Amino acid sequence: MPKMNLSHFEAAVLFSLFTSVVLGVVTKQNDRDRLHYGIYVFICFVVALFGLGWLMYLGHG
Amino acid sequence: MAKETKEKEPKQPMPPIGAWGPAVALGWLIPGAGHLLLKKTGRGVLLLLAVTGMFLCGLMMRGAMFHPQSGDLLTTLINTGGFVGDICSGLLYLLSVWLGYNQPDMAGAVHDYGTKFLVTAGLLNLLALVDVFEIAAGRKD
Repeated sequence: MPKMNLSHFEAAVLFSLFTSVVLGVVTKQNDRDRLHYGIYVFICFVVALFGLGWLMYLGHG
Repeated sequence: MAKETKEKEPKQPMPPIGAWGPAVALGWLIPGAGHLLLKKTGRGVLLLLAVTGMFLCGLMMRGAMFHPQSGDLLTTLINTGGFVGDICSGLLYLLSVWLGYNQPDMAGAVHDYGTKFLVTAGLLNLLALVDVFEIAAGRKD
């Protein structure tokens, strides 16, 4: 099995992508809503990622 | 005392196990297969790709599998919960253990992400199983 070396950012985006797909698929009732919800969740993950990243950067001093 | 404004929804009867058991069991064993069995092909393939992809990424990042451990409450909770999460991946977990995958828990961001990917893949499959149950029980399309 090849070894995968990802940065924090890459790993977190990959995590967000897989999680958004599943949450989109299992949550809503029709395909349009599923797509919208999946994209929405992914954007929320990325916004939280940048927000927390900046918070840690600024908090670290 | 304030009046209860929200009415309670009537409790739905439990459908017979024959209606949902095989789909849920297959969905646990192979992520997405429960949806495929219920002829929800698109959703089944997406779940298969997402859960399997996440699990394989976890393996390639050399994440550690959890083993149930007793000790203080937090240790028990983390290790038993993690073990349950790992097991929810079904055949992916069983195959990787049978084929000798035994990565020790090591320090490092990539290993740590790998461990979380492995557990989350199982937990996402658990969500997919709930969805399969609801579809098979006729509560959802």
